[in-house]
Amino acid sequence: MNTEDFAFLVQMLKKKSGHVLSPDKGYLLDSRLSPIARREGYGSVEELVRAMRTRPNEGLNWQVTEAMTTNETFFFRDKTPFELFKTEVIPHLSANRRPGAKAKIWCAAASSGQEPYSIAMIAKEEAPRMNGMNVDILATDISDKVLEKAKTGLYTQFEVQRGLPVQLLVKYFEKAGDLWRIDPSLRQNITFRKFNLLENFRTMGTFDVIFCRNVLIYFDQATKSDILNRLSQALAPDGYLFLGAAETVMGLSDAFAPVPGKRGLYVRKDRPAAKVA
Amino acid sequence: MKNCLVVDDSRVIRKVARRILEGMEFDCDEAADGAQALEHCRKTMPDAILLDWNMPVMSGIDFLRALRKESGGDQPIVVFCTTENDMGHISEALRAGANEYIMKPFDGDILNAKFAEAGLV
Repeated sequence: MNTEDFAFLVQMLKKKSGHVLSPDKGYLLDSRLSPIARREGYGSVEELVRAMRTRPNEGLNWQVTEAMTTNETFFFRDKTPFELFKTEVIPHLSANRRPGAKAKIWCAAASSGQEPYSIAMIAKEEAPRMNGMNVDILATDISDKVLEKAKTGLYTQFEVQRGLPVQLLVKYFEKAGDLWRIDPSLRQNITFRKFNLLENFRTMGTFDVIFCRNVLIYFDQATKSDILNRLSQALAPDGYLFLGAAETVMGLSDAFAPVPGKRGLYVRKDRPAAKVA
Repeated sequence: MKNCLVVDDSRVIRKVARRILEGMEFDCDEAADGAQALEHCRKTMPDAILLDWNMPVMSGIDFLRALRKESGGDQPIVVFCTTENDMGHISEALRAGANEYIMKPFDGDILNAKFAEAGLV
């Protein structure tokens, strides 16, 4: 692909989704965009991008943006955040919310649903220790395609074997042909909605916990800072933020402080003193 | 170094599993059926057992039930690795004392993930 075409693509992706396509990620273009080029009747990815430049087409721009997002996820990915959710976050919220309250949780890059469903499974397991509290999970992603899959609650044999302990498979899944269907009762606490993190958060409300994992890595510094600062305003004063293992607030936002010794867990710097669980 | 007994009647599967496990720093031994595996365990109890279900002479589930009755037989972490992929088989395996369950086909990612689940890595 020539430099001008590549530059066009970089700029278009940045504007649509905030994703930064660095030259070293150029190798992804062929595998991700070939299916679109074929479907649209172009002989190659180069021809597709050339056409996008010369004849602007919003629908096509969006298809390409969606295809360039990375949807890698699995149940209980990285373990630690889910362990901390169970041992730190749930006890704190249970002690500091009125009985029967709903803890509001936002999965800001929910992909095909493994993260919100993992949270829902923990909440169900921990229910006896939650002082009557329930969870209300908003699962958003920029890609319609992955959200559609998430809503079906159907996973392949490969997907249910990555990160999911077999005891939880037996407890919360049933076989549906070659696939596995997650317990529909877990879905009742989850709302799936398309949302772009570049958009205003004002309509989202306030959350007790935000999972925003493995998505900031695709943005440039200014976009990371902006999103983190806006996330802090969408978080309850005593709420929690989870970032991915390779992500940090350091040098990006003064609104959050890491919780010492709890990797990936952040609280607001202006956090009030809390009742201990 | 932890050791793992790979129990499968297919020489090819044993070889594939062994290569992955050695990459995970396991020392491997092999058995071609449940009876051979039981004999091995009576001599040396392994830390982990990767166990096929359908094998001649003695099946994986019969081996597991026998193993758990042996002295020290409660020690090894047992991970089933089988084409049996329905809930009935999985539940039966857990009731018989299996720690984890892999549905074939498997690869290095799944083996790694399941051994991590079982606390082996």
